[in-house]
Amino acid sequence: MADWTYAEALREGLRDAMAEDPRVIVLGEDVAYGGPFGVTRGLKEAFGSERVRNTPISEAAVVGFATGAALAGYRPVVEVMFMDFLTLTLDMLVNQAAKYRYLAQDRLRVPLVVRTQAGVLQSAGAHHSQSFESWLVHVPGISVLAPSTAGDAYQAIRWALRQPDPVVVMEHKALYGRRTVREPAEDVAAGWAPRATRRRAGQDATVVSYSAMVYTALEAAERLAREGVEVEVWDLVGLSDSVMDLGLVAEAVQRTHRVLVVHEAVRTGGFGAEVAARLQELAFDGLDAPIERLGAKASPVPFSPPLEKAYLPSVEDVCQAVRDLMA
Amino acid sequence: MEQTTDQAEWLQRYRLMYLIRTFEETVARLVRQGEVPGFVHLSMGQEASAVGVMAALGPADVVYSGHRAHGHLLARGADPLAVLAEILGKRDGLGGGRGGSMHLIDPGVGFWGATGVVGGTIPLALGTAWARRESGGIAVVFFGDGASTTGIFHESLNLAALWSLPVLFCCENNGYAEFSARAEQSPVAYASRFAEPYGIATARVDGTELWTVIRQAQAAVQAVREGRPFFLELEVVRLAGHYEGDVQTYRSAEEREQARSRDPVWRARQGLLDSGISEGEVAQVEEEVKRQMRAVEDQALAMQWPEPAAG
Repeated sequence: MADWTYAEALREGLRDAMAEDPRVIVLGEDVAYGGPFGVTRGLKEAFGSERVRNTPISEAAVVGFATGAALAGYRPVVEVMFMDFLTLTLDMLVNQAAKYRYLAQDRLRVPLVVRTQAGVLQSAGAHHSQSFESWLVHVPGISVLAPSTAGDAYQAIRWALRQPDPVVVMEHKALYGRRTVREPAEDVAAGWAPRATRRRAGQDATVVSYSAMVYTALEAAERLAREGVEVEVWDLVGLSDSVMDLGLVAEAVQRTHRVLVVHEAVRTGGFGAEVAARLQELAFDGLDAPIERLGAKASPVPFSPPLEKAYLPSVEDVCQAVRDLMA
Repeated sequence: MEQTTDQAEWLQRYRLMYLIRTFEETVARLVRQGEVPGFVHLSMGQEASAVGVMAALGPADVVYSGHRAHGHLLARGADPLAVLAEILGKRDGLGGGRGGSMHLIDPGVGFWGATGVVGGTIPLALGTAWARRESGGIAVVFFGDGASTTGIFHESLNLAALWSLPVLFCCENNGYAEFSARAEQSPVAYASRFAEPYGIATARVDGTELWTVIRQAQAAVQAVREGRPFFLELEVVRLAGHYEGDVQTYRSAEEREQARSRDPVWRARQGLLDSGISEGEVAQVEEEVKRQMRAVEDQALAMQWPEPAAG
């Protein structure tokens, strides 16, 4: 296969992990039927309904069940169909799963993986579009990954299933069908770790992003290049304290002197604030302008296509923010 | 001969109940003396429930509890010194002082955790029960009647029944959810009724009577070992406040007096005497426990505080 989609990569990640480790199980609403985005398609046929378990619509109890199974040595992967529904699981994730290792002084661990799917696409509306990563990264004890490419999506699943502690993999519905060339080394699981990755080189400004917004940033960078501005684009991949290393991004800041952070989540209290704060700690002397942040408008995600379009940072919004930084 | 074995066993169970009572009284006093950081929920009135259910369990079984967990942990066999040290926040406590009263965990005795969130451990027991289904062990989760109005309780009952999970739900019904009586919390008179429509077998028993609890728990555990959930509702009394320091203005003197008349420790003691064990033998056990707890208290108070991690 010369290329693969993000959804196929996730599926292969799950399939390879399940084939390697009988402790890996998959749970969630309709997962045995493949789920609404087809990520788990074929897994039940390959591994049986004991390991690929359809669940009732009981997000909290299912994540709680998975936590209890993880404490007993299993490696459950729970699919929470939309990140908006993660609200229903937060007591289990935040108060139970994330606390065990600390409270038990490492004598009990929760190797739990929660896959969930965020992001704005095609009028999914106020309850099927939100990005809540900043809530999760605020909780010590949970690792959060937000891959943007098929290769990283595969690796994120494999990496998450090697961790001894809870990991949330935040997928994006707009990326599932995105087809990318499959690099020969991409599905070699060993050695990969979530780390900030440079998606485009440039010397005039640095744009930091993750998940689907990386592509908006790359498109903006192409547009700006035609204006003679070369933008460097970084993809964080890992967001939580446990996995984020901004060292290379800080080096980029020392070269470009200007930084824009872009994400889909609402700007206020968004993850961009954390990135901005850390970059100014790491590279204050390299900055020629205050770090700028772009995120969604402070509004519930609207439904109607023109409203939805206006809600998200656009390619032109990114371009304008960079131009403002350069001014 | 058999009589003697029984008597020795009963005396042993009583010793454990008396230890829990003395432990809780010690904690209550230490709270008044300002030695206990944080919030403490005492289990006085629930000793028969804790000791009776644990008597029906084996070493491969896993126990979870709620916020009123001291008695469950002691009944499961934890070292009282390590438990008290944890409640005091000491370095050599069960969790190194990281958790305290509401976050007691002791995997060494198959006690996988208390929780400060009502109902929070119920689904964990389901997953553990499933994961250990081939080990011969079951999972048991204790919670109060107050948990029966949470969503997670109902989601868990549904899932346990749907997947035939070997889990024992132990609802200790002390008649109060924090400050509020049952009638203010739910139109459903008692918690085990909620299990019935899911097809889960239930029993509702006097949780202040040790021998009744043991018999019912054994039957319940047997059913669970055969591969299906069971809901055991234990009607207990709360001989203390919701938390230590609660003045309980919401309870009448008459109702509190009635609760005291069902004191499970007193009832177990009467049972021992009725069975022919002498007052002297019982008093000796009590004296030994008191001496043990005094030593535990002295040692725990003398222990070091944990060092904050460097950096």
